[in-house]
Amino acid sequence: MKRLGTQTIKLENPVSIIDTASIVGKKEGEGPLASYFDYILEDEYWGEKSFEKTESKILYETINKVLQKSKKTSSDINYILAGDLLNQCISSAYAIRDTNIPFLGLYGACSTMVESLSLGAILIDGGFANNVIAVTSSHFCTAERQFRFPLELGSQRPQTSQWTVTGSGASVLSNDGSGPKITTITTGKIIDMGIKDANNMGAAMAGAATDTIFTHFNETCRNIDYYDLIVTGDLGHIGSNLTNNMLNKIGVNIEQKFTDCGILIFDKEKQDTHAGGSGCGCCASVFSGYLYKKLKEREINKLLLIATGALMSTTIVQQGESIPGIAHAISIENL
Amino acid sequence: MDKVYTNNEYKKIVDKVSPNSPIVKNITRAFFVGGFICIIGQFITNFFLNRGASRETVSSITPILLIFIAVILTGLDLYDTLGKFAGAGSVVPITGFANSVASPAIEYKSEGLILGLGAKMFTVAGPVLVYGISTSVIVGFFYYLLK
Repeated sequence: MKRLGTQTIKLENPVSIIDTASIVGKKEGEGPLASYFDYILEDEYWGEKSFEKTESKILYETINKVLQKSKKTSSDINYILAGDLLNQCISSAYAIRDTNIPFLGLYGACSTMVESLSLGAILIDGGFANNVIAVTSSHFCTAERQFRFPLELGSQRPQTSQWTVTGSGASVLSNDGSGPKITTITTGKIIDMGIKDANNMGAAMAGAATDTIFTHFNETCRNIDYYDLIVTGDLGHIGSNLTNNMLNKIGVNIEQKFTDCGILIFDKEKQDTHAGGSGCGCCASVFSGYLYKKLKEREINKLLLIATGALMSTTIVQQGESIPGIAHAISIENL
Repeated sequence: MDKVYTNNEYKKIVDKVSPNSPIVKNITRAFFVGGFICIIGQFITNFFLNRGASRETVSSITPILLIFIAVILTGLDLYDTLGKFAGAGSVVPITGFANSVASPAIEYKSEGLILGLGAKMFTVAGPVLVYGISTSVIVGFFYYLLK
């Protein structure tokens, strides 16, 4: 039996992440992780006429890059699992339109990267696929357009707001090949802490992150000592603080090994990003750029990656509903 | 697992750990930038009054010029930088209103001139117009009764 508990599974044959690729925007390229990304955009348009088309191009080029790096062709790939933040997942659909690869579109808000890695690993371990690409993207300008205000509007961002990362990250998963391996998967439940403030996503997601981390430890009978690093997707400074607070309250202390992609990607003081980075592209680019290289170089050998998502829709939040959170975890290990 | 905090307890903790906006800094900047925009308005007014324009004409020229400047600055990608610095200082004067109409016009141009620019131009300013005009009708009605 591969199930370890109500939410966690253990792969019978751990699935290799044989290579990754990442492309990010200009601002991300000015941040502390710049040297880890494969390509950095010079402006927010990248030669396209609209931001949506740009985001789609970023995702498309990231797929090309990861195929090239992993020495695969599109005919080697059985499935592509992709998602983004835009309505109807247009960045993914339009990027994948020209790839000729069977496509499963996913939406888990900013948790999508781990959702796609999880499902990709399950498809491979189940014997339904040999190679799968997991990829997500986000773009600051498309997210602002869909969720907030026009870019040229002269307003101040609240201190709790997060900065949507422009970028994409892709991984090639395979049943054959070397590389760090996905070993266990903890799929999150929706946890709603009653947060209604669309400018405080970290707070909306922290409850889900806490629940998934706690459940993962419980069901795998592991604790903090097992891992070298525990990284969440985009809780940012406030969400990470709240997650630590809640985990401490139930007797789990992960603080010394805990960080967050949204904290890592920007320099808070110099880049004026307030509570940190967010978006599908945040976890995707930081994992595919920075964390994967650390795993490859064996500076990290056991990583728990938890992508967090605020399942936010402006329509229903305006109707008075709160913002549900979700968090999915996978452990990635050098075996 | 059960939730660590109830939603009400959680809200209190969130409020505690969430940094507030730097109010004193924001108010000071708003005061000076807002004041400066008004000085520009006054300067324009005096300039035309001194050249013999009637007060009625000047009260049209001044807002037209301020709106013009604000829209140009919005198009040049400068007004949002000013807004980030000045907050209410550049939102409250008429220039802020001009910015709130020009910025969605620029933003939604990609969806075409009719369903994009035309339809979305007032997404930010729309509520201000609706409730501003409604309020002035109500006030006008009472003014008429009391006069």
